[in-house]
Amino acid sequence: MISDIRRSLPRAAWWTLNVALTVLFLSPLVVMLSMAFKSSGDQGHIPPTLLPQHPTWHNFVKLTSVQGLNIFHNLLNSVMVSVSATLLVVLFASMAGYGIARTKFPGAGIVFFVALASFMIPFQAILTPLYMLLKNMGLNDSLVGLTLVYVTFNLPFALFIMRNAFASVPQALEEAARIDGCGTIRAIVQIMLPIVKPGLITASLMTFFNTWNEFFAALILVTSQEKFTLPVTLTMVASGSFGQIDWGSLQAGVALTIIPCIVVYLLLQRYYVSGMLSGALK
Amino acid sequence: MSTHTASLNQSRQVSGRRRSRTFGLNRRRQILGALFTLPTAAMITIFFLVPLGMTFWMSFYRWPLLGQHKWIGLENYSAALNDPNFIQALKFTLEYTVIITPILLVLGFGLAALVQRGDTPSRFFQSVYFMPVAIGLASASFLWLFMAQSQIGPLWDLMHWLGLIGSKSNLFAGHWSSLMVVNAMVAWKVVGLQMLLLLSGLQSIPVEVIEAARVDGASGWQRLWHITVPLLRPTLALVLVFSVAGSLLAFDQFYIMTSGGPSNSTISVVYSIYRYSFIQFKLGYGAALSVLLMVILAIVSAVQMLLLRNTDHN
Repeated sequence: MISDIRRSLPRAAWWTLNVALTVLFLSPLVVMLSMAFKSSGDQGHIPPTLLPQHPTWHNFVKLTSVQGLNIFHNLLNSVMVSVSATLLVVLFASMAGYGIARTKFPGAGIVFFVALASFMIPFQAILTPLYMLLKNMGLNDSLVGLTLVYVTFNLPFALFIMRNAFASVPQALEEAARIDGCGTIRAIVQIMLPIVKPGLITASLMTFFNTWNEFFAALILVTSQEKFTLPVTLTMVASGSFGQIDWGSLQAGVALTIIPCIVVYLLLQRYYVSGMLSGALK
Repeated sequence: MSTHTASLNQSRQVSGRRRSRTFGLNRRRQILGALFTLPTAAMITIFFLVPLGMTFWMSFYRWPLLGQHKWIGLENYSAALNDPNFIQALKFTLEYTVIITPILLVLGFGLAALVQRGDTPSRFFQSVYFMPVAIGLASASFLWLFMAQSQIGPLWDLMHWLGLIGSKSNLFAGHWSSLMVVNAMVAWKVVGLQMLLLLSGLQSIPVEVIEAARVDGASGWQRLWHITVPLLRPTLALVLVFSVAGSLLAFDQFYIMTSGGPSNSTISVVYSIYRYSFIQFKLGYGAALSVLLMVILAIVSAVQMLLLRNTDHN
């Protein structure tokens, strides 16, 4: 196969096909950006124009008052939830990853097995009791409750990554550190953490993307509008007012949600790709 | 385990004092390890194992949001099997799965074959096709909801310009056209992942095998069908299961793009659980439907195992 396509397809055709596909794949993002910057006059244009004739920030400004809601406040909710969930997941998964891979305490195997087995259960299937549980704990309609749920659903994969990362650190290295008089904690932080860094980056990247983009649990577990995360807030923009949907503002909101993902993807592509691969092949 | 035994063996060779010290150190390390694992174990127990158990338990109750819950045995399950809404949701989810899976498989394979060579332009195109994977399904749905709007949406405009639809048509008014718009969005958003998985599979096929077939005079299609596809079977099975499991759990795209319409014809299984549990607050019934969903997914996973094991034997 490797050379097949190149051989049977002339070089010019290969380039044409790929460039056409690139245009196809990027066009929805161009549409999003273009619509986000179109003035209301440009938006009404039929057929739609490719680019805004009179570019404006107005659609973003309007997001500060959608049915009495400032969406930038919801953006902050999303940032808070994703960042704290990511930090907690990485902290817990590194600690447990070390404990399971390095100290082999009795029961380590069981914890790891249960975590792996949880991959088989879709979280959508346990959301009904989770809603009851959070209600009984006084954590319903709370960003703390949502964060804890996100931490739990991202822990198994992060644990899988971190356990493997710690397991691949040579035994001799840790022992050498100890002989040199390093305490266990210092040995972990100073000697092992730098080695497991790729695992740390992959685990945090996957958790961040999952939580930033999560919709279903956020829709169910949080009911007050001012506590909504960004994707759920978009349903309010899309529901419109007086039967009229403000498509420009909706695309401005979509852009706010999507652009951080694209930026992080472009910066840390290598780690993201390896995370997706090990996520699928686990 | 091996760490433990290794250090024990080592300690046997040294003096008694040293031995007890090493042993104590190991013991302390084990306690530390257990303490380190505690937060993870606690989180998984409280927010995963407990609700998992509760799902089964609640499914035997009539459980309204307010008021007393009441044991009704298997009544929720027998109701589910006779519930036209749930059966319809199940049928629709299968319809969606059966349509989107081959689309993703064929497009993913095509893209993988196209950009498989590891040179710089190929790698550039790979990262372009993979980019939408990083975008959330919900935001992608809002984006394509606009793209397909009558008159103002560029996708609608393109289809109109191509003469595929009339000037008054609404893509979300028909079951089939709604489903096609959702399929287009999903294909755009996730095909990069299928491409990536298939690429990693293709790269594991030795070049020599294919070259040998070429030298022996096998045509491009013969090589594809008789060599690449059989050798790729484990990856194909993986891609298949990924797509099937993802489609069986579909929710965001239908909630956002079609709202289940027209006339409730695009309500997926998870959507139907959502409506029973959180709109009608029949929590016990929602739990029973969740158990059924888990059973369906377990069957899919079992089939996956079988497929993968079969390839091992060949």
